[in-house]
This record gives sequence, structure tokens and C-alpha cells, in this order.
Amino acid sequence: MWALALLVGAGGCLGTLVRALLEGAFGAGHGHFPAMTLAINLVGSAVLGLLLEGLARTGEDAGIRKAVRLGVGTGVIGGFTTYSTFAVETDRLLGGGSPVLGLVYAVVSVSAGLVCAAAGILCARGIFKTRPMEGEGR
Amino acid sequence: MIWLVVALAGGVGAASRFLMDTVIARHNRLNTPLGTIVINVTACFILGVATGLGLDHTMTASWTAVIGTGFCGGYSTFSTASVEGARLFLSGRARAGLVHAGGMLVLGTAAAGLGMLIG
Repeated sequence: MWALALLVGAGGCLGTLVRALLEGAFGAGHGHFPAMTLAINLVGSAVLGLLLEGLARTGEDAGIRKAVRLGVGTGVIGGFTTYSTFAVETDRLLGGGSPVLGLVYAVVSVSAGLVCAAAGILCARGIFKTRPMEGEGR
Repeated sequence: MIWLVVALAGGVGAASRFLMDTVIARHNRLNTPLGTIVINVTACFILGVATGLGLDHTMTASWTAVIGTGFCGGYSTFSTASVEGARLFLSGRARAGLVHAGGMLVLGTAAAGLGMLIG
């Protein structure tokens, strides 16, 4: 388990670095709509949905497949996206005189995140039609 | 240089998330995933405290970046939350999906707000 944690940690370093550089270069100032965090979270949701469903449909969760799921999925993409920054940005908009913007940011982030993840999953199902998941009954 | 420390803190956060999720999944008897909710809500609280301490300059901007952008950013995850919620919706469990996504949003923003009050 510790070797796997190290793998996730290595991926998390990379994902965090890319997010930090993007936020540093294009991050929104206080009181503005946090478009960069939103873009990062939506891209990450779509890619993770595609990756996890693609892996699940092309073989069992072992060996290189498990290493990719943990290193790239849990590590890189998990570290790239962030829920804590999203929540603090929402609170600062809500309490900082932009309650409508805060509410829009919260609802759009969560609902578009779900749509992006579902789109990624459905794309992977379209690409890997040959291996239906258990209990899917086709 | 600060970027390297932020990245390393993100790695520590991501590894902590993996270990925490593994432990919670082992004890969770519901068929709705709970690990990501617990992880994200605690991350929101920690980032709230760090942001509060950073805003009134009790903590330097570098420390806020390492703990906030680095550790909390790597520890919390938006993508896994979205995928878990989307899986619930796609398997026909719309109500569980709504509770999962909405519950995390309400608890996460409340925890972040509480953290900022304390910090």
C-alpha cells in the first residue's frame, strides 16, 4: 500500500504543479469569477471519467492498468483538480458582496462537473463497446 | 523554488487522500462512496483556516501557498467527486447522486466558512 501511496504522491506533485502554475498565470483576482479553477475542475472531471471507464472496460484492475489508474487518475488528475479552492472561492464571493456570482459559480461548477464526468464515461463506453460491464445486460 | 515546495506538498496531500480513502472504504458499509466527501470537507476546513490566517497576515503568503495550493489542493479532489456523482446518476440512482453532490457542496462551503472564521 505504501508503494502505491508513493505512486499517487508522485502523480499528485505533477498535477499540483500544473494547477499552481496555471492559477499563478491566469488566476482570478478577489471578487472576480474564478474561471481558471472552473476550467481546471471541468477538464479534470471529463478526463478522469474517460480514463477510469476506459481502464475498467479494457481489462482487470491489476498491474500496469492499476498503476495508471492510481498514478494518473488518483495522483495527477486528482491533484490537478481541487475542491478546497473551489469552496473557499465560493465562500469569498458569497460573503464578499458578490452573492449571485458565488451562487452561480457553485451551481455551475458542481452541475457542469457532473455533466463533464458523465460525458467522459459515455465517451469511453462508445470507444470500448466490446467489453460490456457486468450487469449491464445488453 | 516555492513552486517545487508547493508541488511536493501537493504530492503529500494526494498520497494522504489515497490512504484516507482506502481506510474509509474498508469501513464503509453503505453502497454510496463516503471517502471523497470526508476528504473534501476536511480539506475545505483546513484551507479555510489557512486562508483566514493568510488574509490577516498571521501567516506568510508562502506558507499559505504551500498549505493551501499545495497540500489542500492535492488532498482535495474535484474530479473524483464528479465521477462518483456521475456514476450514481448513470446507474439510475439520481437521488443518491443529488445527495452526494449537493451534500458535499453544502458541507464543503460550510467547513471552509467555519475555517475562515476561526483562522
